[in-house]
Amino acid sequence: MLSRTADHLFWMSRYMERAENLARLLDVTWQMSLVPQPEAAANQSWNAIIALNSLEQLYAAKYPAVNGDNVLKFMVSDPDNLSSIHSCLRLARENAHAVRGTLTTEMWETLNSTWLEARGKSFDQLMAGGIGDYFEWVKTRSHLSRGVTVGTLLQDEAYHFIRLGTLLERADNTARILDVKYHGLHQGGDEGATDFYQWGALLRSVSAFEVYRKAYRDVITPERVAELLILHGDMPRSLLFCMNGVVKNLALVANRQSGETQRQAGLLHSRLRYGRIEDILKDGLHEWLTDFMDRIYLLGDGISHDFLVPMAEAA
Amino acid sequence: MNFYNEMYDANGGIREHYKGYEAWLKATPPERIERKRAEADLAFHRVGITFAVYGEEAGKERLIPFDVIPRIIPSAEWKAMQKGLRQRVTALNMFLRDVYHDQEILKAGKIPAEQVINNAQYRPVMQGVDLPGDIYAHIAGVDMVRAGAGESYVLEDNLRVPSGVSYMLEDRKMMMRLFPELFAKHKVAPVQHYPDMLLEKLRAVAPKGVSDPTVVVLTPGAYNSAYFEHTFLAQQMGVELVEGRDLFVKDEVVYMRTTQGPQRVDVIYRRIDDDFMDPLAFRPDSALGVPGILKAYQAGNVTLSNAIGTGVADDKSIYPYVPEMIRFYLGEEPILNNVPTYMCRKPDDLKYVLAHLPELVVKEVHGAGGYGMLVGPASTKEQIEKFRQLLIAKPEGYIAQPTLALSHCPTFVEEGIAPRHLDLRPFVLSSGQCVNMVPGGLTRVALTKGSLVVNSSQGGGTKDTWVLED
Repeated sequence: MLSRTADHLFWMSRYMERAENLARLLDVTWQMSLVPQPEAAANQSWNAIIALNSLEQLYAAKYPAVNGDNVLKFMVSDPDNLSSIHSCLRLARENAHAVRGTLTTEMWETLNSTWLEARGKSFDQLMAGGIGDYFEWVKTRSHLSRGVTVGTLLQDEAYHFIRLGTLLERADNTARILDVKYHGLHQGGDEGATDFYQWGALLRSVSAFEVYRKAYRDVITPERVAELLILHGDMPRSLLFCMNGVVKNLALVANRQSGETQRQAGLLHSRLRYGRIEDILKDGLHEWLTDFMDRIYLLGDGISHDFLVPMAEAA
Repeated sequence: MNFYNEMYDANGGIREHYKGYEAWLKATPPERIERKRAEADLAFHRVGITFAVYGEEAGKERLIPFDVIPRIIPSAEWKAMQKGLRQRVTALNMFLRDVYHDQEILKAGKIPAEQVINNAQYRPVMQGVDLPGDIYAHIAGVDMVRAGAGESYVLEDNLRVPSGVSYMLEDRKMMMRLFPELFAKHKVAPVQHYPDMLLEKLRAVAPKGVSDPTVVVLTPGAYNSAYFEHTFLAQQMGVELVEGRDLFVKDEVVYMRTTQGPQRVDVIYRRIDDDFMDPLAFRPDSALGVPGILKAYQAGNVTLSNAIGTGVADDKSIYPYVPEMIRFYLGEEPILNNVPTYMCRKPDDLKYVLAHLPELVVKEVHGAGGYGMLVGPASTKEQIEKFRQLLIAKPEGYIAQPTLALSHCPTFVEEGIAPRHLDLRPFVLSSGQCVNMVPGGLTRVALTKGSLVVNSSQGGGTKDTWVLED
């Protein structure tokens, strides 16, 4: 497969996954903001979203203050923000357009119509219609594009690069959601009903509320939430699940120069596979997650270098 | 002006080959046809069979209007046309071979040498380069029109990167989906094997010694007006669609960059003009091409389809000599008619043209796509005067032809069914001794009342083209 084709497929799926996870993160933040709390605390969690994506400068240049409405507008519909849901859906579609001959007709039509529909919605319309409904819509479109991929695409290299993009992006995003929420929650924890709702919202944001109940049959504790989202290999949005898939798909596309990238992926995978939550928490979850995200970033770099960016011109 | 109607004869009777369709049209409720037309529009949009229009918002895509009334050609007429196309394209390929080798036709004085050598489309870099099967134009799109009394003319030989074949194929698919009953009643010659035929031709002209060639389609990219067609043909042939940046040349061999490392490329069906193919050899500012590809090509390590330098044979200043080529190389009389052409570089011709501007069509010799031309009968006094000055200033830059009364065919337009002018572009494929084509071609129709310009960039539409089998 052409390197450029693989590159477009990889980024097509990353942007779609990013749009979905952004919708999840904004949704949980928005829901948490509805629970009575001091204004400073509420604004802090909105601020965290900006900081998480390193968008402080761009944000400050466009909006006077950090509050729910502004951050939502910035992260949902702002075309100048390349990390907004709007931009992610556009970029997913643009990458698909560049390789539409490699996609099945149904895949192309799904991504194309998602963008056409998103483009037609103004932020005010979204708020009027209930922003929660919009987040649901984004998630549904992401489910749909993943479903149509699994349901129609030949499981060859194209499929493996799409999966790599999805899983790498998801690993990064789950780590981010956990980091920002765990941090905020632990600091301000009042051991009361508020906490229960906050942890519940976090679990729901990664579709893990019912999974938690099934897995632990007990009250929600921060340690178990962290364990579920990091080490539970059967939970489709956990870090271990993502790394299982990354290692597997990397092996399927391996080439002569991908050895080091595969080794790094294997290393990271085994840390999750054989890690214990006690040890992770002992060293500090924030530090651990930061290190994990750095490694995911380097893995993405390695994949780019080994497969996607035109190789050194040596025959 | 008297126009030939494809469906009705001069007395209003229905031509034999349209009788079946006409009866069906009469018997079919207009609401059903209206519904089917809307269905076609929706399907074309959803699948994204679109083209980009230069000068409009970047990335904006438009549909080419599709008309549900087919253009029908009787078997005997097609057979004669096919024979003529074979003859013409064979001679054009022989001419290209000759021009880039011994130039016998110039030595024999059949074409003034300076007309060829000084032509901007003549590529000195091709001199003495041998090509597989001596074929230069593997894919030719020959524009045919029918004039007042029903006689056919070749309007243009497109030997560079003729486009439109995807519309021919999609139009047929759409017609069969909308009105399957029509195909049960008519014996319409199939065209869907075009991509197979094209792939076979491309494989046949691979460099010597390559038994299982890697073929690719080279596109300028997703924002090119014909990007849909490039994607479509690559997908239908099952080959990679590449851009210039996906290819590189090392030791005069072309490779594409793949996830498994460099892979050798043998045949490139390129949809990029000569000027942009190699920044080292042609336009240095081109970011679309592949540096060094010309050297690989001259060394015979890769086949480009079409060849570099075919433009010298389809240029409007060479067009008048095509009948002479046929006589010279094949010793035959031309089967297809050329439109009588005045070459303004000849003083007598120029004098005639200047005296008859309001009734002539004047074309710039290197122009294409309906740009840079004057249609006398449809022009204002000012436009005519402007062209008169252009002609006097640079007579060798222009040719002139009588305005042809292009035939028309009933077509769905806003006010109902009305006649609109059309042409036909058959796609002629050549490799070695073998010249093939699928029956018919792309019918383009000018949707604006009275317009004679069928180009899609100027508001043209398309029709399915039926060649009826006996």
